[in-house]
Amino acid sequence: MDSVIFNNLNYSILSWTVFLPFIGAVILLFMRSAGAIRLLALLTTILTFVISLPILANFDKSTFKMQFVEFREWIPAWGINYFIGIDGISILFIFLTTILSVLCVLVSWKAIETKVKEFHIAILIMETGMLGVFVALDFFLFYLFWEAMLIPMFLLIGVWGGQNRVYAAIKFFLYTLVGSVLMLVGIVVLYFAGGNTLDILVLSSVQYPFKLQFWLFLAFFAAFAVKVPMFPVHTWLPDAHTEAPTAGSVILAGVLIKMGAYGFLRFSIPMLPDATKYFAGPILVLSIIAIIYGALVCFAQKDFKRLIAYSSVSHMGFVTLGLFAFNTQGVEGGILQMLNHGIITGAMFLMIGIIYERTHTRVIADYGGFAKLVPWYAGLFIVLTLASIGLPGTNGFIGEFLIIFGAFKAKKILGVLAATGIILGAGYMLWLYQRIFFETANSDYEPAGDHPVRDLDRREVMVLLPLIVFVFWIGFYPNVFLEYMHASVEHLIGTMNQATYAGHDNILAKFITEIFNGY
Amino acid sequence: MAIETGIGLLDIRVMIPELTLICVGLLLMLLDLLTKKKEVLAAVGIAGTLLALYGTYKLYGFAEPQSAFWDMFVLDGYANVFKIIFYLNIILTICISIKYMAVEKASYGEYYALLMFATSGMMIMASAADLIILYLGLELMALSTYILAGLLRTQRRSNEAALKYFFLGAFSSAFLLYGISLTYGLTGTTNLREIADTLILIQMNGDPIIYLAVIFIIIAFSFKIALAPFHMWAPDVYEGAPTSITAFMSIGPKAAGFAVLGRVLFDAFGGMQVQWASILVPLAIITMAVGSIIALAQTNIKRMLAYSSIAHAGYMLLGIITGTPEGLTSTVSYLVIYTFMNIGAFAIVIMLRREGFQGEHLDDYMGLAKSHPAASALMLVFMFSLTGIPPTAGFIGKFYVFMEAINAGYTYLAIIAVVFSAISAFFYLRVVVYMYMRDPKEEVVLSSSPTMSIALAVTATMILILGVFPSILLNLVRFSILG
Repeated sequence: MDSVIFNNLNYSILSWTVFLPFIGAVILLFMRSAGAIRLLALLTTILTFVISLPILANFDKSTFKMQFVEFREWIPAWGINYFIGIDGISILFIFLTTILSVLCVLVSWKAIETKVKEFHIAILIMETGMLGVFVALDFFLFYLFWEAMLIPMFLLIGVWGGQNRVYAAIKFFLYTLVGSVLMLVGIVVLYFAGGNTLDILVLSSVQYPFKLQFWLFLAFFAAFAVKVPMFPVHTWLPDAHTEAPTAGSVILAGVLIKMGAYGFLRFSIPMLPDATKYFAGPILVLSIIAIIYGALVCFAQKDFKRLIAYSSVSHMGFVTLGLFAFNTQGVEGGILQMLNHGIITGAMFLMIGIIYERTHTRVIADYGGFAKLVPWYAGLFIVLTLASIGLPGTNGFIGEFLIIFGAFKAKKILGVLAATGIILGAGYMLWLYQRIFFETANSDYEPAGDHPVRDLDRREVMVLLPLIVFVFWIGFYPNVFLEYMHASVEHLIGTMNQATYAGHDNILAKFITEIFNGY
Repeated sequence: MAIETGIGLLDIRVMIPELTLICVGLLLMLLDLLTKKKEVLAAVGIAGTLLALYGTYKLYGFAEPQSAFWDMFVLDGYANVFKIIFYLNIILTICISIKYMAVEKASYGEYYALLMFATSGMMIMASAADLIILYLGLELMALSTYILAGLLRTQRRSNEAALKYFFLGAFSSAFLLYGISLTYGLTGTTNLREIADTLILIQMNGDPIIYLAVIFIIIAFSFKIALAPFHMWAPDVYEGAPTSITAFMSIGPKAAGFAVLGRVLFDAFGGMQVQWASILVPLAIITMAVGSIIALAQTNIKRMLAYSSIAHAGYMLLGIITGTPEGLTSTVSYLVIYTFMNIGAFAIVIMLRREGFQGEHLDDYMGLAKSHPAASALMLVFMFSLTGIPPTAGFIGKFYVFMEAINAGYTYLAIIAVVFSAISAFFYLRVVVYMYMRDPKEEVVLSSSPTMSIALAVTATMILILGVFPSILLNLVRFSILG
C-alpha cells in the first residue's frame, strides 16, 4: 500500500464530503415545510462545499499517487473494499460538483413548486452519487455510484421536466443502462482476469492479453461513450438536456457527462493501454465528427435549450479528441475543457432557466431585443457566449487551445479539423445571441406588454457570479488549476507510452492512418 | 452405509420444523371452529412459523449434515437456508393477507392452514435426499397451492387459475414420475447419492437413457419454476389467484423448485453437468426472453409481475448452470433477495385493492405519488430492485449470478442476461412513470393495515440494507452451502 497516501487529516474528509448530501437527504425525508426544506438543502450543499475545501489546501501536487485514501473492508467474500481516494485527475471534479450543487439548489428556489421535498432529496442523492464516482477506487463501488445516479436523474427529468419529459427520461435511462450493463460484464471479466479483485490500482498494474483488452475496451466503451456522449450514441442528450428542469440540465451538462470522459481516463487508458491505442484512431475520427456535426446541427435548432444541448456534443468532442491525442497538452486540455464546459454550459443552462421562468418559452423566434429589456442578463450572457466560443481571456480559450495544440502534435489534420469546429461554434453562438438579444423586440415582453420581463434579481446574480469568476480566473491564470493535474497526467502518459501495440491487423485503423498519412 | 432398524429420536428431531408446521396447520383448522376472528389464526400461524424457525435455528448447530429415515431426509446448510426463505415467505404472506382476504370476502380459516401445509411441503422438498420423499413434498406443496389459488370461489378467474394450475401441475408430476422411474430402473435406487455412485459404477453418466431421465426431471421442475416454454400457466394463475397467494406462489414453489433442481442435478447427476447444462442454457435464454419481452405488453400489473417472475427465474438458473457450489450459492442468494422484492411489490398491489376496486390495471397507478408518496416511494424501490439497479439488493443478486456464470465460462450467457435485464427495465420503469409522471385519473384509497406496514417496512429495509451491505446475506448463504 505504498502506492497511495492515506488520509492524514483527523477526520475522513472524503467520506464526509461524499455522504453529507445523503445525510441531508435522509433528514429531508422527515420535513414538511417547503421553505425549511429549501433552506436545509442549501445549507447541506454549502456545508459539503466548505468541508471539502481542506482537500485543496492539503493536496500534494507533486505526486500522481492517490491521496486522502480511506480503506475499509466491505464485502470480504468477493474481495471488495470500501476504497476511496483522489488524484490530480479527479480533484477538480469534486469541486465542480460541490459548487454546481449549491447553484442548483439556489436556481430552483422559485422554479420548483411541486414535490419540493422529493426534488431536493433527488438533487442531494445525485450529489452523493456524482462525488462517489469521482472518489471510488474500487470498481464495484464505482459502479454502485455510477448506476445509483440513474434513479434520481430519471426522476428529475421525468417529474419536473418540460413537455416531453417522460420520453426524454426513459430514453436517458435506457441508453445509459444498456451501456452500463455491458460495462458490468466487463467489470466481472476484469475481476477474474486481475486476480479476484476490483481494486482499481491493482487492476491498472496488471498486463492483460490483447484479445481480452480488445473486448474489455468495447464493453467499457459502451458505457463511457453513451455517457460522454460520443457520436453516434449522443441522441439521448438533446432530449434529456432540453426536457430536464434547469437544475437537472446543469447537473447533466456540468457533471454527469464528464463521467464518461473520466471513465476513459480512470479505466480504459490505464487498464487497457494496448486496446486504447488500437482504438484511438476510430475514436479520434468520432470526436472530429462530433465536433463538426454537433456544431452544424446547432445552426438548425429552433429551441434555445436544445441548441446549447447540441453544442455540448460538439464540446465533448473536443474533450475526447484531447484525451485520445495521448500527449500532455491534449490530456490536460481535455480535463480542463471538461471543467470549462461544466462551468460555461452549466451557467448557460442556469441562464436559460432564469429567462424561461419569465417568458415560459424556449423557442428562439419568440425572443428578440432582449438586450434592451434585460441589460444585465444580456451582459452576463455575452460573457458566457464568448467563453463558449473560446475567446482569449476566457477559460474556453485555454482548454480548446491546449486540445488543438495536442491534436496538432498528434496529427496535423486533426488540429485543422478541430479548429473549424471553433469557427462553427462562433457562428452558431453569435447568431443565437443576435436572435435573442438584438433584432426587433417581442412586444409582449416590453415593459408595456402583456408579459413584461424583469432583469436579474440578487439571488440570480449570486447564482451566476461564481461561475463568471471562474470563467476569467481560468482564462487568465489557468496554472492554478493545471498544476493540480500535472503529475497525474504525466504518469498517465507514461503508462500509455509503455503500451506495446504490436501492429495488430486493424482494417479500420489502417484505413484511417492511410488517409491521414496523405497529409 | 449403515442401515438402521427403526426410526430413532434423531430422525424425528431433524424433522421438527416440518412437524411443527404441520401440527400448527392442524391446530389452525381446529381453532377455526372455535373463533370467528381470523386475526387470531393469522397470529397463531405466525407464532407457529416462528417456532419452526427457532427449531431450524437450533438445528443449525449441527456441524455435519444430518440425515434421517434411512438417508431419505437430510438436514444440511443448503436445506436450512431454503427453509429460511420459506419462513420469510409465509410470514410476509400472512402479514399482507389479513386485511386483503377480508376485502375479498374470502377469510376462510383453512387459508392459513393450507399455507402451513404448503410450506411444510416445500421444506420437505428442500430436505429430500430421495426422489420419493421429494415427490411427496412436491405433491403436498402442489395440492395445497392448487386450493389456495382457487380460494376466491365466486370469481371465475380464480377458479380458472386453480384448474389450470392443477392440470399443468398434474402433467408435470407425471413427467417427474416418469423421470424417477427411468432413473430407478437404471440404477436400482431412488437415493440421490446412491444414484450418483451407481452411475459411476455402471459407467452410465451421459448415457442417452439416463439423459432422457434427466430431461424428464428437468421438465417437471421447469413447470414448478415456470421456465419457458413451460411457463404457460403462470400468467393466468398469477392473475386469477388471490394476490396474496400470487405473492406466495411466486416465491415458495419457485424456491422449492430451485432447491430440488439444485440438489437433484448436483447430487444425483453431478457427473453429467455438461449434459444438463446443455438443456438448461437454452431454457434460461428462452425464459429470460419470454419473461422480459412479453412483460412489455402487459397492462395488468399482476400479469406483468408474473412475466417478471418468469424472467427472474431465468437469471437464477444461471447459477445452477455453472455446476459449481459457488454458482448454487449465487442462485440461493438471488432467491432470498427476490423474496423481499417480490413480496414487497405484491404488497403494494394488494394495498390498491379495496371493495369495488380491483386496482390491478396500470392506469390505477397514475399519479399515485401525489396522493400516496410513501407507498409510491416503496414501489419505486421495489421496481428498481427488480430491475437490478444499485444500491438495491436486486443488483447484488444479479451481480453475484452473473459473476458466477462468467467464472464458469458462460460469459455469453451473462451478456444475454444483462441485455434482457436492460430490456426489462422498461416495464418496471413504466410503473414508476405512471406513479410519478402522470396525473391521477381518480382518487385511489389505499387499504392499509398494521401488519401490511410491517411487511412493507421489512421488505424495503432489507432491500436497501442488503443492497449496501450484502455481506450479511452472503456470509449466511455461503456458510450454509459452502461450509
